[in-house]
Amino acid sequence: MSLFSGLKERLRDGLKRSQEYLATGLATVLEADRPIDDTLYEELEELLIAADLGAAIAADFTNRAREEVMFGTVTRADQLRPLFRRFLVDALKPAAQPLNLDARPSVLLMLGVNGAGKTTTAAKLAASLKGDGRQVLLAAADTFRAAAIEQLETWGTRIGVDVIRQAAGSDPAAVVFDAVKAALARRADVLVVDTAGRLHTKSNLMDELAKLRRVIERQCPGGPHESLMVLDAPTGQNGFAQAQMFHEAIGLSGVCLTKLDGTAKGGIVVRIVRELKLPIKLVGVGERVEDLKAFDADAFVDALVPADPAGGPRE
Amino acid sequence: MLDSLSARLTAIFDRLGGQGRLSEENIQEALREVRVALLEADVNFKVVRGFIDRVKVRAVGQDVLKSLTPAQQVVKVVHDELVELLGGSGHRLAPAAHPPTVVMLIGLQGSGKTTTAAKLARLYAKQGQHPILAAADTYRPAAQDQLKTLGAQLDVPVVDDGRTPVEICRAALESAAARGLTPLILDTAGRLHIDETMLDELKQIRAAVKPHHVLLVVDAMTGQDAVTVADRFNQAVGIDAVILTKMDGDSRGGAALSVRHVTGRPIAFVGMGEKTDALEPFHPDRLASRILGMGDIVSLVEKAQQNVDQAQAEEMVRKLREETFTLEDFRAQLKQVRALGPLDQVMGMLPFGKMLKGAPKELSGEQADLDRFEAIICSMTPGERRNPEVINGSRRQRIARGSGSSVQDVNRLLKQFAQLKKMMKQFKSMEGRLGKLKGLGGFPMPRG
Ligand SMILES: Nc1nc2c(ncn2[C@@H]2O[C@H](COP(=O)(O)OP(=O)(O)O)[C@@H](O)[C@H]2O)c(=O)[nH]1
Ligand SMILES: [Mg+2]
Repeated sequence: MSLFSGLKERLRDGLKRSQEYLATGLATVLEADRPIDDTLYEELEELLIAADLGAAIAADFTNRAREEVMFGTVTRADQLRPLFRRFLVDALKPAAQPLNLDARPSVLLMLGVNGAGKTTTAAKLAASLKGDGRQVLLAAADTFRAAAIEQLETWGTRIGVDVIRQAAGSDPAAVVFDAVKAALARRADVLVVDTAGRLHTKSNLMDELAKLRRVIERQCPGGPHESLMVLDAPTGQNGFAQAQMFHEAIGLSGVCLTKLDGTAKGGIVVRIVRELKLPIKLVGVGERVEDLKAFDADAFVDALVPADPAGGPRE
Repeated sequence: MLDSLSARLTAIFDRLGGQGRLSEENIQEALREVRVALLEADVNFKVVRGFIDRVKVRAVGQDVLKSLTPAQQVVKVVHDELVELLGGSGHRLAPAAHPPTVVMLIGLQGSGKTTTAAKLARLYAKQGQHPILAAADTYRPAAQDQLKTLGAQLDVPVVDDGRTPVEICRAALESAAARGLTPLILDTAGRLHIDETMLDELKQIRAAVKPHHVLLVVDAMTGQDAVTVADRFNQAVGIDAVILTKMDGDSRGGAALSVRHVTGRPIAFVGMGEKTDALEPFHPDRLASRILGMGDIVSLVEKAQQNVDQAQAEEMVRKLREETFTLEDFRAQLKQVRALGPLDQVMGMLPFGKMLKGAPKELSGEQADLDRFEAIICSMTPGERRNPEVINGSRRQRIARGSGSSVQDVNRLLKQFAQLKKMMKQFKSMEGRLGKLKGLGGFPMPRG
């Protein structure tokens, strides 16, 4: 339940605070009496680029807008706002998918580059699932970064979820093996596995991840039931390479987009959704336990291109 | 790789090639490609706009239009301009007149401050100084433990006494002074640049311990929002220099240009890995090449490292550079082609490799051709392999017979080898002109 409340409000908050950087421009760009000309298209394109959608998608959306204008479906500048919103919502609607929690235990693997928010998201997710009445376990499979285990344990204590761990520096595959065994023995509903941050370009570390996957598969056929790449909203175009390479290496089931409480819009997910057909399963909007939400395409698009200029972030 | 800027510019100018003189309009088209390349590298669009204007003035002012190699010429202008913007007056972490020197790290959550604090401490220690760390992140669970663990590994003391970050920093300053340790490096909690309360805390720390150097830690993978982040931190707290982290990945790092642009502050260091020794001084020319996708010779080495043993790969790159590539090497190369990928693709990974015209089609990896070429080279004497110029008509016939191929095949091979050598020469002179990519040392390598 908690996953579905208040995303709009949280995104709006962040948006309000970032008004002078992105959205004020938008209101003027799309004023009704402006002529639809090259300057306008350029400004629109730049708005999308500013949100990290990337030059190619921005150009694509802008060209589609040109077509609509050419065919007369759009005649005024202020009609472009709903048009762009439609493009974005169409692109992102299929991405809103719930977590797959049917199996018992459901094993959820959290992965991504360093500092993206994996541990925090793992903890928030565990708390939320526990709140729904599920029996949850956490696995501290980041044995590499200093005090990563302690970080997860502190969360575990805070949210009242047991953390399966070994000593720092031990084999993450062994931790995962133990954790799955514990989840089976305790008949837990969900096991959330926190892994070490790794850059997608390091093949040995990607192999390690594939190994974790195999360990889970072997003990728990059908698992991992989710392999979620955690991506933070400030990430630029490299986010696509991340998703692509993690997907190639172990097969992702979705993305968690964190740090949407800042001014970054996380627009790179549009490309990830479009080209890799990956859903966005969760979004992080802060550092507190309750700051994890289900992805909602409309709310997300609202933050990118506010629906109406008056209600938008203008002061 | 194939869509790197130089390749795209070459395509544009190739298309225009037949028309003779290039117009300002052509330059305009080239600059559109430059714009896209910079945007893909995550340079902020506003920064790109100003940049393109400057490049245009320079490109038009120069002899790009008359140049035989306009694509390279444009790339050079862009590259030079980038180096100039990224470089500028470097920030020295000058020691304070009255020690301890205080260095304060600030930045967003997850940007890499704690790891960087430890890396800096190690760098200072290596230079014979006696650093001390302050663990002032009291918010993120186990952040203090993280720094203490790293400090213990490095044998650098870590102060975490105090209830609040300000108290901890004050205590650390007293401790540093009392024990005669310098510099004092402050690790602060990650925070959003729009969180006023948290920014106030940084201001309080700043007022309490008066750091000599405030360093903004920025993730190299940051996108367009880098300008907002850098600007807000700079306005609120004030920064002296920037550290760019996670540069061991494959992000282009264009955010550095954005940050440099909005703050006017130089980039002091780059983080190149998770371990505490992975902090390097910043090289504007390397980053410029990287932003433009020119540093791809590094990908070649990396790819080679994954598939071929390293010594061999390095040897090959060296020979390509030094033009001491013989038919013998060519044969060894053919053997590796299957592992490395078609040679034309390998060439595509070299800076400007794609620009070099007429890469032999037969080298693109047709199995039959590879086999035949290998057989032909096998039929040559060692002397012939080293010095193919001696291969005259009768030798050609002998080689053809010995390898079960035709004289035409032998001719084709020799012609292509000559072409390849010519390409190498062009490559080298182009590289020489730009004077880039001298050391591979600072480039990303897989963790060993
Ligand atoms: N503002 C904000 N900070 C977050 C969010 N998610 C994680 N963080 C912070 O980002 C930092 C890195 O998170 P962590 O979970 O340790 O990243 P990991 O290295 O991927 O495990 C921590 O300071 C977290 O508190 C979020 O949604 N919003
Ligand atoms: Mg972690």
